[in-house]
Amino acid sequence: MSARLEALASRVIAQFGERVKPVASTCGELTYELAAADLLSIAKTLRDDPQFKFDQLVDLTGVDLLKYGQDQWVTKQSTRTGFSRGVIRRNQNDQDPSWRFVVIYHLLSTVNNVRLRLRVCSERGQIGQGLPQIDSVVSVWASANWFEREAFDLFGIMFKGHPDLRRILTDYGFIGHPFRKDFPLIGNVEVRYDETQKRVIYQPVSIEPRELVPRVIRDDNRYDAALTSGKVNHG
Amino acid sequence: MADIHNFTLNFGPQHPAAHGVLRLVLEMDGEVIQKADPHIGLLHRGTEKLAESKPFNQSIGYMDRLDYVSMMCNEHAYVMAIENLLGVKAPIRAQYIRVMFDEITRILNHLMWLGAHALDIGAMTVFLYAFREREDLMDCYEAVSGTRMHATYYRPGGVYRDLPDSMPKYQASRWRNQKNVDKLNESRSGSLLDFIADFTNRFPACVDEYETLLTDNRIWKQRTVNIGVVTPERALQLGFSGPMLRGSGIEWDLRKKQPYEVYEQMDFDIPVGMNGDCYDRYLVRIEELRQSNRIIKQCVDWLRKNPGPVMLDDYKITPPSREQMKAEMESLIHHFKLFTEGYCVPEGETYAAVEAPKGEFGVYLLSDGANKPYRVKCRAPGFVHLSALEEMVKGHMLADVVAVIGTQDIVFGEVDR
Repeated sequence: MSARLEALASRVIAQFGERVKPVASTCGELTYELAAADLLSIAKTLRDDPQFKFDQLVDLTGVDLLKYGQDQWVTKQSTRTGFSRGVIRRNQNDQDPSWRFVVIYHLLSTVNNVRLRLRVCSERGQIGQGLPQIDSVVSVWASANWFEREAFDLFGIMFKGHPDLRRILTDYGFIGHPFRKDFPLIGNVEVRYDETQKRVIYQPVSIEPRELVPRVIRDDNRYDAALTSGKVNHG
Repeated sequence: MADIHNFTLNFGPQHPAAHGVLRLVLEMDGEVIQKADPHIGLLHRGTEKLAESKPFNQSIGYMDRLDYVSMMCNEHAYVMAIENLLGVKAPIRAQYIRVMFDEITRILNHLMWLGAHALDIGAMTVFLYAFREREDLMDCYEAVSGTRMHATYYRPGGVYRDLPDSMPKYQASRWRNQKNVDKLNESRSGSLLDFIADFTNRFPACVDEYETLLTDNRIWKQRTVNIGVVTPERALQLGFSGPMLRGSGIEWDLRKKQPYEVYEQMDFDIPVGMNGDCYDRYLVRIEELRQSNRIIKQCVDWLRKNPGPVMLDDYKITPPSREQMKAEMESLIHHFKLFTEGYCVPEGETYAAVEAPKGEFGVYLLSDGANKPYRVKCRAPGFVHLSALEEMVKGHMLADVVAVIGTQDIVFGEVDR
């Protein structure tokens, strides 16, 4: 990690103390995890305090952690016919949605020339079937407007206080949130022109979902933290 | 007295000045814009979700198709993000090649922007001139990757192959006689580097040519000066980057401020605007054409003197050569594993950004240790710029909307992803 980032890291800890939790990075980047309740106040300080001056919100994105760290191909044993080509569908335990949806903020200070990543877990809201919710940062950075609309559209995260939370990328009248991990890649509906009704109609998808390359996670000692300790940075 | 209502006007999605599939719902008071609501997503392909379902290398080609007029810059950000997580760096020659092609891409993009922007506000000729030079640069893409646009040339650990020693040549046909073909092939007789060097010598005169058509043109100035003014404070608030930010007078360029690859070795200047209007952004981009030309020249000189590998020798990430693959068992296994399963990237997250022609193009990559990314997020500069469209056009006339869309350099491949 560069000296500039080290200095920033110590300033962040001095300012916010227990309210932010550093996340270890292997790429020399600075990431902090914070509680959803603290988001707005910390964001305002990061923008206005002369020692931080994060004047730009570069990116905001949602992440669905439903299937994090799960592979599809069990490689522990092989049969006489070799490894199975098919994908084993495992039963997904219903995880607590408040832990499922994380919002990632990328901040940039053009004054101090540093970047910072915030990782905030959304809370389970009261609306609908407990849609994840989090405070909107549009009042802090205007560029959050469309980013939050996108995260709402694709992940169904509700941003409290957003001036105009509408769908943005999906079709008019779209149902569901397509970037959630339990939303199939091929979608649920397809469109075609119907000769008898003389219009374009929606119908359930007619193709089978398939996986060309299964998802595999391999234990790789080259990336073992204990063996590459020189390369790993904490905080 | 009759009731006077605001008039709602639907602009696009099929409008030649909408630069693709932008649908704008405009609320007009006479000819003055009161409200503008861009409807995007008509070109949404779910690139990020597709990338999550494929091994890392198979998504490089998708990146070309995001901002489809600055193809290699998108690849660059994606490939850099993977390299960050793997903890590898491309060989020095590959880094120079990447910088050179990033700048070629910048010229490609700015020429497309210049032609389309000028055409939108009434100057037809520039478009034809710009496409004349674009053709040569497309040939560079073709010589190095086999395709004119969607190159898939950058790979984690380097670039796909070294620069070729010969250029493809034109052949005589019913429509082109031998004399014309010989003239066209004159600069194509040497290697790719010779061709690029020849281009960099020709190009400054071409930029002069565009400038004579526009810079002091009375009509051009009437259409762009004081249109879509953004103050530096608002530009930062709205998340602007690239020429949009520099046009407002903020000196910010990732190539200088957070240099990646070999940009530190390059000698070039960053142009900065003063008023933050369409005209200043035009001047900034024109100067960037000249500066990119300078960078390409330096890269060509270096690449001529320094041969070397262009791909890492790590067969866990990069495939072995065909010859090795046919001769050695180990190489065959590596090749097979790489092309069936791909490689696993260690757990972690990273954000890699490049100064793409339109602004900061970044890729946020989250890996859980699998052979596919867990989450890919492409930070597209056009998406952010378009979100500020309403603020930029409010109070302007309908015809100025076209000028503002042009100055934002919108491409829907990256806005909708």
